[in-house]
Amino acid sequence: MDAMLREYLPILIFLVIAIGVSTAFIGGAWLAARQRPDIEKNSPYECGFDAFDDARAKFEVRYYLVGILFIIFDLEVAFLFPWAVALGKIGMYGFWSMVLFLAVLTVGFIYEWRKGALEWE
Amino acid sequence: MDEFWSGYLWPAILIVLEIAAILVPLLIAIAYLTYAERKVLGAMQLRKGPNVVGPFGLLQPFADGLKLLLKETVVPSGASRAAFIVAPGLTFALALVAWAVIPFSEGWVLANINVGILYLFAISSMGVYGIIMAGWASNSRYAFLGGLRSAAQMVSYEVSIGFVMISVLLCVGSLNLTDIVHAQQRSIWFVIPHLPLFVIFFVSGLAETNRSPFDLVEAEAELVTGYNVEYSSIPFALFFLGEYGNMILMSAIITILFLGGWLPPLRYEPFTWVPGVIWLALKICVLLFGMIWVRATFPRYRYDQLMRLGWKVFLPFSLFWLVLTAGVLEATGWVPK
Repeated sequence: MDAMLREYLPILIFLVIAIGVSTAFIGGAWLAARQRPDIEKNSPYECGFDAFDDARAKFEVRYYLVGILFIIFDLEVAFLFPWAVALGKIGMYGFWSMVLFLAVLTVGFIYEWRKGALEWE
Repeated sequence: MDEFWSGYLWPAILIVLEIAAILVPLLIAIAYLTYAERKVLGAMQLRKGPNVVGPFGLLQPFADGLKLLLKETVVPSGASRAAFIVAPGLTFALALVAWAVIPFSEGWVLANINVGILYLFAISSMGVYGIIMAGWASNSRYAFLGGLRSAAQMVSYEVSIGFVMISVLLCVGSLNLTDIVHAQQRSIWFVIPHLPLFVIFFVSGLAETNRSPFDLVEAEAELVTGYNVEYSSIPFALFFLGEYGNMILMSAIITILFLGGWLPPLRYEPFTWVPGVIWLALKICVLLFGMIWVRATFPRYRYDQLMRLGWKVFLPFSLFWLVLTAGVLEATGWVPK
């Protein structure tokens, strides 16, 4: 086996086994317990009411905003990983380039802070 | 044919055995973590905790598991059936696969990949999918709101976890988890120079695993346990076990990044006799006890406070610390080559 396969094959096998264990648990419960569905039991829980309407309604836009902010910063983290590992090789030039990049992002961060994108009331 | 046996089949069987050697203790540890939590919470509230099933209630986790196994799997009528069933399986499977790269002692690691931290980061990011799928697929108001809250919360704290990891990586110069522990063997445990980061990581870990005081997802009073309200039987148990598995995983990551992994606290005689895996387990137990202790002590955060802490305190501070670490390393010439 080549080196790449030797390193990653265990993870693949682990993934298959983990999915297998989950499936076995769910399937086992399905087989072990008596299934007797009825309309009341299968209706979504809403504090004793019948559900008024579909749950997939409008929701607060801030959750969406948090998602977008997350993508920006997580991408930043993804950029930083290789930089952090290679810092010893790229020296001062690499260091200051990344500081510049982070400074630009910090300006954006301050802007969104001042605009109130991080406020929840 | 001969080459197939010696080259692929035997290694594969060996790998399966190694995985079993990780999974079985892990599942037992998860089961007993639920027991330990109830016992510790009981002791802190001057109660006894579970004490009926078996001696000292030690068989309680198995009784709970069996009970859940024998319950009906209810799928709500409005639910998206496929996603509803897949979500708990995904959560649980992800909580398990992350252990593939954790080094338990010198050389005791299933897959010693050189991007270990990145792998852990990716797997813990994917944990959000299980929860948001469950919240969406249930087609219930409470589940939906709980899923949204949880996704936003996990995503927010993941950013600061990322920055904290990078600050540690700067001191190591490698993404390999074994190398991270070796770097601490050469110098000192990173908890000493990076104490604030350790605190941030621990608190973010609580938020990431939806533990108290950040368990707004569950928020019994308003959301009636949130995204998993429609779940019953084993699918419910898988969410529950996944959460506890993630707690242990988070403690293991903190131990490796900050508390020297399997290293003994002192390099002298009586400490070095104890095998590394025992030290690792002990450190994980201390952190888990901390997590349970926090649950017994602190009231739940409000959602706006939670978001404020994540975005306005942890994120700027960890970013600042990252630049500070890089600057100090460059200035003193300590950057690992």
